Parts: sequence; C-alpha cells; structure tokens
Amino acid sequence: MATLTVSRAPLGGFDFGNCKRNAVLERETNTAGCSLPSARKTGTTICGIVFKDGVVLGADTRATEGMVVADKNCSKIHYISPNIYCCGAGTAADTEMTTQIISSNLELHSLSTGRLPRVATANRMLKQMLFRYQGYIGAALVLGGVDCNGPHLYSIYPHGSTDKLPYVTMGSGSLAAMAVFEDRYKPDLEEEEAKRLVRDAIAAGIFNDLGSGSNIDLCVITKGKVDYIRPHDEANKKGIRTGDYKYKAGTTGVLSKVVTRLDLELVNEAVLTMDTS
Amino acid sequence: MNTLDVRSQLKDSVPVAGFGPHGSYGLQDSLRTGFTSIKNELIPSHSLELSEKNFQVNQDKMNMSTLRNIQGIHAPLKLKMELKAATQIQRLPFLPSSHLALDTLRGSDETIGFDDILNDPNQSEVMGEPHMMVEYKLVQRLRWRDTPFPISMQMLISCPQMFTLHTTCRE
Repeated sequence: MATLTVSRAPLGGFDFGNCKRNAVLERETNTAGCSLPSARKTGTTICGIVFKDGVVLGADTRATEGMVVADKNCSKIHYISPNIYCCGAGTAADTEMTTQIISSNLELHSLSTGRLPRVATANRMLKQMLFRYQGYIGAALVLGGVDCNGPHLYSIYPHGSTDKLPYVTMGSGSLAAMAVFEDRYKPDLEEEEAKRLVRDAIAAGIFNDLGSGSNIDLCVITKGKVDYIRPHDEANKKGIRTGDYKYKAGTTGVLSKVVTRLDLELVNEAVLTMDTS
Repeated sequence: MNTLDVRSQLKDSVPVAGFGPHGSYGLQDSLRTGFTSIKNELIPSHSLELSEKNFQVNQDKMNMSTLRNIQGIHAPLKLKMELKAATQIQRLPFLPSSHLALDTLRGSDETIGFDDILNDPNQSEVMGEPHMMVEYKLVQRLRWRDTPFPISMQMLISCPQMFTLHTTCRE
C-alpha cells in the first residue's frame, strides 16, 4: 500500500476528512430523490425526581430510527458510578459513548482522590465535553445521584447548559411528563409515592408521544443503595391473538386415497469428507 | 472556551492541509477527497475542525494566562519549560511515541477522551514516509530557510554535533 506523505504524526480523536465527501453525497442523493439513512434516536421520555432520601430516575424503552421502532426494549438509564446514574435522550450512540467516557473518567478521578465521586463532578465533566463539541453530540441527559452532600438532580442539554432542579424531564415526551410532575409534585415525598409519580409521568409520555413506548424502567438511588428496576411496568403489552387462521387436523373429510410409487434409480453415490481440521 | 472566530483561528494556529492533495504519488485522490479546489484546502470542511485541532493549544494558553495572573510569571514559565523538555522525549517522527512524561505532566494519563478511543495513532493503518518526516523535523528544528532541500544524510552522518535529533528509546 502506498504511504501517505504526511509531515506530522497522526492525532487521535475525530477525523473530519470525510465531511466534504459526505456533503457531496447528500446533495447527490437529494437531487436523485432518495435520502440517506438517519441516525438511530431515542425519541424518548426520561425524567427524574428528588424525594426525601434520594433520587428516582425513570425512562421508557423505545428506540426509533426515523418512523420505525429500532429497539422495543432498550436501556436508557446508564451507569456512571455506584452512586450516580444518568438517563439519556437524543442520538442513542452519542448518549451511550458520552456516558461511558464520563463513567471511565469519574472512576479514574475517584481512584485518584480516594473518595466517592460527587454528582457535581459528573455534571461539570459532561457539560464541558458537550460544550466543546458545540451541540454536534446530540445527547440530552438527566443526571441523578446521592453523594456526601445529599441527593442531586441535573438536566444537561446537548449544547452544554445544565439545570439543577428538584424534578426534570427530557426527550420528545418531556412535555407530557412535565404536566404530570407540575400537577402532583410535592417536596419531601416518600419512596413509594415518588416511584408512583415517576411511573405515571413516563406513562403519560408513552401514551401521548409516538417517540416513546414499551416499558417503564426505574432507578431508585438512596444513600448506599441503588435499585435498578427493569422493567418496572409494562405499559404497552403486545396483544394476544384471539383467533387463528389454521384449520385443525380432520376439518376436511377424506373420501378416497390413492398411493403411486415413484421408482427412482440410484445413479451415483459419492461421499465427500468435511475438512474438520 | 472557544470565542475566537474562524479567521483568527486560521491565522495563528496549526495549518489544516498537508502538502496539497493527499493520495498516492501526490496526485489527486478523487475517490477519497473529491475534486480538488484550493478553497477546499484552505477553509475547513466542518465548523469543529479548527477548534478541535487547536483545542489543546487554546486550553494551555488559557490555563497559563490564568496561572500568570494568579501566581505570577514564574509558575507558567517553569511549567512551560518542563512541558517543552517532555515533548522532546520521543522516537523518530514516523514511529509512535508513548509520550509518557508529557502525559504525566499534563494529567492526561488519568483522563479518557475521544482522542484515546477514536483514531488511535498506535493503530493507524498508514505510516508516514520516513525520509520526508525526518527532513521536515530537521528543517523545523534548524530553521534554515536557505538550505537546499532535501538535506542529505551524508551531512547528518559527517557532523552529528550540529544535528541534535533525540532518538531515545520508548520509555
């Protein structure tokens, strides 16, 4: 293979070499009338709430690719550290990779400091990374956890802005879920009440938004304990068929039976051994 | 924080294009890069391209100026000196170096980013042309604008004390 004449060592990270080619290809396909395949999104409802002892995070489980459901049971609540979890909306690959990178960085950081990581650290790392890429990484996140300062909940937008609030919703079903929260949220809820509220909020998103569906996942984080309930509730069960088009054996009566033998002559018989080495 | 606009980023930063169209034997590579045009090579193809290329440089500038304002001139001076010494510990230009000292000084041995996951230089499928890269390095280092190009290897061998090219092994 011929070597490239480079004067500088190759750097890691994103390579923008194909951008022009992609732009040309997109223009060509648009003039021809067809369209390029779109990235898989998690048209989603995710939400979080702070209750008396901790944080409850909730998410639906549908991943869409344009107008088609790509994954009926995907997991949108990602692990960041033993006491911090993060729900992701937006482009599925972006949320996965971002949360994995931040999880690794936070683990290294906590090994270096020798302490349990704080939610504010994860928030700061995420917002700095997302701002660096100016919104091209389409990851809208709900970050929640319990650390030495108590329970915290943040929402992080793809361009890098964050909000620290007692209850947050993100994704295409966020308005439906926020309506439920605004109606029924009270500070210092009990755990069961909080779980019920989050379940109802996600259900509102599932039933009123086409981009969200299937099951409801919950993650309850308290000091020293994490309850990852997957699935908490199957809101959209696949229906059971009531009828069947197959005929049972014996439906058609047999009047007469004629058997004709086909005499076949064996011409050649060969055995080929399989190479199992 | 990227508050510089495109033109000022173009002015005082690492250049985007290499030696013209990239392809075998220096000819245009229509399959990979499309039709050539000078505009395409000068202006970046993506709005993030320049800011990503200069990200580390800009971060360092920002950190050093903050340090200078808070702690005085000696702190950034000493750090810069150590960084410069650490960047010189590497193998020949076309071989991959581990940059261990540089990573430790920068603190990037304790962080993972996209530059460790995507396009890892240690797993690059293409290699730089050894002679070209070593000559480029020498010209950069000596800054002899009027030297006939290329410098022959005879010169390198005959007067080694003039050419201080560090070829220490990977640490």
